[in-house]
Amino acid sequence: MSVLNWSGVLSPGAARHVREEPAEDLVLDVRDLRMRYGRTGVLSGVSFGARRGEVLALLGPNGAGKTTTIEILEGFRMRSSGQVSVLGTDPAHGGEAWRARIGVVLQSWRDHGKWQVRELLAHLGSYYAPYSGSGVPRPWDADELIATVGLTEQAGQRVRRLSGGQRRRLDVAIGIVGRPELLFLDEPTAGFDPEARREFHDLVHRLADREEATILLTTHDLDEAEKLADRILILAGGRIVADGSADELSRLMSTQAEVRWSRDGQRFVHSADEPTRFVRELFRQYGESVEDLEVRRASLEDTYMALVRQAESGVSGSGPGGGEDAIRKFVVVAG
Amino acid sequence: MNASWVAARAGARRGWIELKHTFTTPNDLVTLLIFTAILLGVMLWTRTTTVPGTHFSLGTAMLASMIGMTVGFNGLATLGSILTVEREDGTLLRAKATPNGMTGYLIGKVVTVSGTILISVITTLIAGALLFSGLAVGSASTWLTLIPVLLLGLLATLPIGAVLGSLFPSARSAGLLTLAMGGLAAISGIFYPITHLPHWLQWAGQVFPLYWLGLGTRSALLPANLASVEIGHSWRHLATFGVLSAWAVAGLLVAPILLRWVARRESGSSVAARREKVLRQAAG
Repeated sequence: MSVLNWSGVLSPGAARHVREEPAEDLVLDVRDLRMRYGRTGVLSGVSFGARRGEVLALLGPNGAGKTTTIEILEGFRMRSSGQVSVLGTDPAHGGEAWRARIGVVLQSWRDHGKWQVRELLAHLGSYYAPYSGSGVPRPWDADELIATVGLTEQAGQRVRRLSGGQRRRLDVAIGIVGRPELLFLDEPTAGFDPEARREFHDLVHRLADREEATILLTTHDLDEAEKLADRILILAGGRIVADGSADELSRLMSTQAEVRWSRDGQRFVHSADEPTRFVRELFRQYGESVEDLEVRRASLEDTYMALVRQAESGVSGSGPGGGEDAIRKFVVVAG
Repeated sequence: MNASWVAARAGARRGWIELKHTFTTPNDLVTLLIFTAILLGVMLWTRTTTVPGTHFSLGTAMLASMIGMTVGFNGLATLGSILTVEREDGTLLRAKATPNGMTGYLIGKVVTVSGTILISVITTLIAGALLFSGLAVGSASTWLTLIPVLLLGLLATLPIGAVLGSLFPSARSAGLLTLAMGGLAAISGIFYPITHLPHWLQWAGQVFPLYWLGLGTRSALLPANLASVEIGHSWRHLATFGVLSAWAVAGLLVAPILLRWVARRESGSSVAARREKVLRQAAG
């Protein structure tokens, strides 16, 4: 799967991001994307790519530029500089045929309130019919799509009568009605209850697996990112500070692990470079008197917090070794 | 099939669906009809009053003007405020996210607003024929004048309505549009012959399409001798055609530029920001 180029990604020259796959296989190819509003730089050299069928989660603190990034890729916002290719086209000049291959899940408010669910999906779907390819029949059949997002009972209802959760499911349905090859979701589960969230996650998995859609979503929810994404991108301080699977990111932090145990009613904590060896030694020495043993590697949250803190404390000052320094610092704090 | 053609058909269907919504939503139906009903009431009230200098019913003359005003009012204010509201609530962004969606959206709006106008005009004409005397609805020459005036009126007002809808920043401020239209109606000779206004107001009224629309529908529906109370004692068909065409050309030139400018600025975050603002205002 994805290649984690740790030192390259963490170093200030994120633009040097090494990529093994040729550019034409990439559904998304972003190089050195920069965005300024007046004097404020929001994105200062964002680079990443995505291959067909991949699910990417873009994580980052508020104001890190997640929405700006996604809107540039959607073709809704002009960038200041950098190279961007979305399905092989620059989104700043994407035509209607390009638009037809892309799905955007928007957070609805009160548009189309008088329309019935099926009526609206059938209508919006009809624009995609001329862009039907032999492999990709467009649009999605309205009733089938309604069943997929679990709105069959509401198919004849007016949109304004839907509950918040139902409305968000309709938003997703509208986003995918043209069977997009690439789908953008900006904070798709904000305001969802746990059940709606679980249903939504199942839907995303189905889209990625069955439809081979490439999906880019932004979220605040680390748990969600871990569950949904093949790859997680962490955006902080205007650049991508980490790029890899949840597992890879967590393992990065676990050159040390925290070992907790108790012996004779006393609790112990130790940070070990090689936890397996440490635990073996522990048992050899104390045998059966070791109780309540826990070995904890850094969680995605720990990794995320450390990376964001490091990025926000000023990436510009650190050299190529800055990343490792940050990790070491993090371990000291955590241990 | 050609994608633009598909979008145009989808747009026509969109307009039709939204017209149906108007007629199946009690609130919308009442809003649509109450305006016509109030004005008809006023005209019935003034039915026995005569147009100054003639023996013709002022109510009937007003009704003929009102047909023209319906076109002007809906074409400018209704379309303008719909565009503002739907920019605010994200409808426009949905259209933008759909292939050829903007084409379909605009065609849809033109169909919806034209349909609404057509229905109001027909309602008013039926009421006029039944309740008022002196309206020439039976002759062929009436229709030969009325239909071109209405069509040219749509061309003159819808694009300008789109321009206005693009310029107003929020749905709240678009309320001003309706207010301004009321003022414009007052100086456009809709309710009373314009020749009774001060000269400078007559000139101001003649700049805008509303006066010419009223003049056009009066010329179609009223007896020829009523031209005596108009400026120059004439229906001035040539001038009507000229001014309305000029507005149509200006609107068709400017509207696409402004609409493109408005559409380009729409994104998920701009709609979200407006939603926040409206919710804050509602709370505070």
